[in-house]
Amino acid sequence: MSHAGRERTEAAPYRLTFDGTTVTARPGQSVGAALVAAGIVSWRTTRRAGGPRGLFCGIGVCFDCLITVDDHPGQRACLVPARDGMRLSREETRPSAEDGRGGEGSDGD
Amino acid sequence: MATDRPTYDVAVVGAGPAGLSAAVGAAEAGLDVVLVDAGRLPGGQYWRHDDEHSTPPRSHGGRLFARLRARLHHQRDLGRLRYLPGHQVWLIDRPRPDGGPFTLRLNGPYETAPVERDRVRARALVLCCGAYDRQLPLPGWELPGVMAAGGVQALLKGHRAVAGRRAVVAGTGPFLLPVATGLARAGARVLAVCEANPAHGWLRHLDGAVRAPAKSAEAVRYAALMARHRIPYRTRAAVTEILGEDRVRGVRIDGGEVLEADLVALGWGFTPALELPLMVGAATRRDLDGSLVAVVDARQRTTVPGVLAAGETTGVGGAAPAVAEGRLAALSLAAAHGLPVDPRTVRRLRAAIRHGRAFAAALHRTYPVPDGWTDRLTERTLVCRCEEVTYGELCRARTDLGAEDPRTMKLLARPGMGWCQGRICGFAVAAVTASLTGRPATAEDLRPLSARPFAAPVTLGELAEMVDEDEEP
Repeated sequence: MSHAGRERTEAAPYRLTFDGTTVTARPGQSVGAALVAAGIVSWRTTRRAGGPRGLFCGIGVCFDCLITVDDHPGQRACLVPARDGMRLSREETRPSAEDGRGGEGSDGD
Repeated sequence: MATDRPTYDVAVVGAGPAGLSAAVGAAEAGLDVVLVDAGRLPGGQYWRHDDEHSTPPRSHGGRLFARLRARLHHQRDLGRLRYLPGHQVWLIDRPRPDGGPFTLRLNGPYETAPVERDRVRARALVLCCGAYDRQLPLPGWELPGVMAAGGVQALLKGHRAVAGRRAVVAGTGPFLLPVATGLARAGARVLAVCEANPAHGWLRHLDGAVRAPAKSAEAVRYAALMARHRIPYRTRAAVTEILGEDRVRGVRIDGGEVLEADLVALGWGFTPALELPLMVGAATRRDLDGSLVAVVDARQRTTVPGVLAAGETTGVGGAAPAVAEGRLAALSLAAAHGLPVDPRTVRRLRAAIRHGRAFAAALHRTYPVPDGWTDRLTERTLVCRCEEVTYGELCRARTDLGAEDPRTMKLLARPGMGWCQGRICGFAVAAVTASLTGRPATAEDLRPLSARPFAAPVTLGELAEMVDEDEEP
């Protein structure tokens, strides 16, 4: 997928992984932007219908883009800045040893 | 966690056009200011840019932003203003409902975000919380690849990412144009801007006394850009359905035509973020565009003593009146502190606000949420995306369970009970409930889906900490 502002000199991209696949991001990009730029549009499934979701509002309002970042579940992909070496995983990925932390995660209700 | 012991004269929430102007104005007038903003960089949604060295384009008021940013940094360096970017306010409380300093509880927008202060205290507040795209549900709008127009714009301006290759931009309002031209400039093919309203002759709606040359020039510029990128501007063209299975494949337009696209950007005007004004008990009203907004007087004061508001919080009006209102709020606080205020400046600001608001009113009349939009909803259309509540379920809550108002609807069918707390579906749930009950939506319908116990997600740890601290002697 293309990027805006190609005329700029680019800093070396960060390398992240999304469920094991390498995704690159430029410094300043959110992890959601990096995924979308890589052609990945969904990384969560809904509880009821199991429907795929990714970015919707893009500015931290809708919580559709929740993703697990370095074992922290329930993070808004549109707000988390990409960092080199970050591990991103789908929200339905279960279970891992650290998953108990999810219980302390914030709840919108 | 470090907590500021001193109580600030004023806490400004939001660093968009209104908040930046309020914070800088208050600090320059001699007040002790803290500016809290969820964004990493100042500017809010309107002046979003991608790093600290860049500025928004000149056509977008970029020079005004650059000046405000320089003044912000200057006041911060002088020690008159504490700037807390990347901090979201999740709760505001005070010792008594009508008195004492406010405590703002803060956290980061994501779990590992660096948080400098977990709370600040201030004797007065200026709430400049901004707005986000208003959404209307339609069949298929939950498919990946369908985004809020503002989100598509945020990706372009803040992250230099294009969300798709073949795009349709749809909804209503002049904001669709910069989104479409921004996408085209970034290399996407924009198949059409589908404007649901007739949208011609908005100048007609301007009262004789009001002229907006800057905005007219902007409209002409966008028309030229649309032509240059060969983007068809289709009016009275509502998208009736979004097509696709696991991601968007296209849209169907009123009349049946299908446009194949992998990105659909939707926007129907804007919804102000009202949770903080409602949390402190400020009176609200339904504005001309149907949005719930905070009531303010001629000095930007809400109905709660010590709480002022500026910008979209008081009605969607764009950056120009927002900057003037922010400044007026600052001067209003300065005057309350007995500091000198030039009455000519106040008159000039009030004229700018009147002018900006009259222009916004003309736009609201030209680009209303079209009547009858609920007719496109089907039994299975999701209204609440978070809890996956369908239109059919809302209809049954009305007919079988007797839900006649959004509060009851929320309890019985759960729209607005999920992660976003009704931020996205609140307007739609109010409108659908009112329409199923055969009456127009009122401010009373909007309030239950705009009020939230917490303004941002909060961990159990943060809540426990708050309780412990309240129990301290």
